[in-house]
Amino acid sequence: MTINSAPYFDAVTATRLLEKIHRAVTGSLRFMEVCGTHTTAIFRHGIKSLLPKEIELVSGPGCPVCVTSQGDMDAFIDLCAKPELVSVVFGDMVRVPGSKSSLAAERARGADIRVVYSPLDAVELAIRNPQKEVVFFGVGFETTGPTVAVAVMEANRRKLKNFFVYCALKRIPPALNALFSESKSALNGLLCPGHVSTVTGLAAYAPIAIRFGLPCVVAGFMPVDILQAILMLVTQTQQGMATVENAYGRSVSTQGNALARKAIETVFDTCDAQWRGLGIVPDSGFCFKKEFALFDATERFGLVPKQGQEPKGCCCADVLRGLVMPYSCPLYKKVCTPQNPVGPCMVSGEGACAAHFKYS
Amino acid sequence: MSKQLVMLEHGSGGRASANLIEQLILPAFSNRYLAPLADGAILDPIPGRIAVSTDSFVVDPIFFNGGDIGSLAVNGTVNDIAMCGATPKYLSAAFVLEEGFPLADLKKILSSMKKAAKRAGVLIVSGDTKVVPKGKADKIFINTTGVGSVPFGLDVGPHAICEGDAILLSGFMGDHGLSIMMLREDLGFFAEIQSDTAPLNGLVCDCLAACHVHALRDPTRGGVGGALWEIARASGFGISIQESGLPVRPQVESACQLLGLDPLYVANEGCLLAFVPEGEAKTALKIMQNNPFGKNAAIIGRVTKENKGQVFLETRAGGTRIINPLAGELLPRIC
Repeated sequence: MTINSAPYFDAVTATRLLEKIHRAVTGSLRFMEVCGTHTTAIFRHGIKSLLPKEIELVSGPGCPVCVTSQGDMDAFIDLCAKPELVSVVFGDMVRVPGSKSSLAAERARGADIRVVYSPLDAVELAIRNPQKEVVFFGVGFETTGPTVAVAVMEANRRKLKNFFVYCALKRIPPALNALFSESKSALNGLLCPGHVSTVTGLAAYAPIAIRFGLPCVVAGFMPVDILQAILMLVTQTQQGMATVENAYGRSVSTQGNALARKAIETVFDTCDAQWRGLGIVPDSGFCFKKEFALFDATERFGLVPKQGQEPKGCCCADVLRGLVMPYSCPLYKKVCTPQNPVGPCMVSGEGACAAHFKYS
Repeated sequence: MSKQLVMLEHGSGGRASANLIEQLILPAFSNRYLAPLADGAILDPIPGRIAVSTDSFVVDPIFFNGGDIGSLAVNGTVNDIAMCGATPKYLSAAFVLEEGFPLADLKKILSSMKKAAKRAGVLIVSGDTKVVPKGKADKIFINTTGVGSVPFGLDVGPHAICEGDAILLSGFMGDHGLSIMMLREDLGFFAEIQSDTAPLNGLVCDCLAACHVHALRDPTRGGVGGALWEIARASGFGISIQESGLPVRPQVESACQLLGLDPLYVANEGCLLAFVPEGEAKTALKIMQNNPFGKNAAIIGRVTKENKGQVFLETRAGGTRIINPLAGELLPRIC
């Protein structure tokens, strides 16, 4: 299987877009790339080195590992030490420091912690280990939500009694709404997440564009995708517009993916959720519907996430809101490194601090 | 044989150990140095300076597309010796076996080591077998130590690199790492990706005969990016590479995109980086491409006076970015 991505790397197209961007820019512009995958892609393709110096790109809250609250981290780390329990997580979660421990440390002490790429693998583990209880740590946004929902539906279909999900899934649009309501971050536009938008469609960003007067452009992840989206943002700002546009048409449709949304709606309701950096954001999380409560790990194990303590001196909360750049954090590169991360933004491959560390 | 398992007594040093060695190991590695089964092998003198390298192999899964832990253990050490500019001659092989490991699998691995040793032109002259209780090791671990000789007067290494040197990569990046990952994560849609595990001593020999090779490195764990970073640091020069010139199979590139990996950091087991004077780059490229293990070779960059100790990549879009070493483990137990 191969994906033909050559046109989206094309240097001639990229140069043409860059010339247009350079011509269009008249004053300083600050755009936020909402999604962690964009943060990494922008570094990886060397895009910052090509843009006019007037354009500043700041990272946003779109790294699922980074925004998972310390309380949720601590609750799951406490849970994983239980005997006869298999904890199943996406890779980056293993190294996120909790208040007192991390999943990596608990694994070294003997906890059974498995890393998977798909929540369905956790269902498979539950089928293969009927004598054990298997708990999946569901983190992610609208993109991951459907896969977790499908895993729960599969467990339900198979009448599994030993599969549970600790649901820390989140919704991006309410978080953006909360972020800009704070009005601290002076931005000129949003590079909207391509993957999330594939599910949500474009309508989700309309209230943000209207309420905060922010141009929103959905972008893909190859150099040409990103440059095209930046050009569209620059053009909107020059024309005094603030609308939602799509620069990732080959994946994102106006309506989004109704089937994926249906899967989420079948299993989950929306609820308030705790975000690192943003606190409790109304209606920004997913939680189990009553008919699927049997699979809710918090119900099964009586978990009540506490208000976890943020690591002292760590600026992740401000980095996630685009208020400070990673290198402004007093711990960055001194105490906090990918080998010895203090905050989650240094752990995740999509975290702004890890990306800055790796690429600069 | 099909249902026979490794038992603790196979490591006891008694009759069962002797049977295992005589029935499985000796037939695979038979040679006059090993045959006496003494505590150590006594080797004939070899001309030149002696190169030694040791490596332990814990790859999981032990059988994968394009090879297994046995061929990897032979090729890995052969290549480490070859990267010193040496001709590998002899290997030792030490096995840590988990109780309950199928003897049929051991036989398969030994046979694969035999083939790999023959292909690389080395003899396995000394060995050891230990058995640990079930659960105390994972199936089989192999350590190999290699001995080779470097001709007097030949001096390859990062210290010999010069400004302007061309950097060649002898094959596609990332095949080994991805082939292991596809199996481990059960990602069947990329099942055709094969490990590149191969002995590179013949390729090194061809290059050394045809041009003034300044440095060699096999970019195993940490990938091409990690290896170049180490060389830049050790040599004190800068390195500049072009993304558009990096040989990557389309399947590997696609799989990396899906998994969020950068092929620059994915492990290889059958390609090497060679630093040669700029004027000899084309000759070196031709020599490599004429060797079966170098037919996909490419010139990927050059050594610069600027950016000392750093590696810079020119992206396909025309931007530049720094290549730092991998932080954390991309994928454990890859070799």
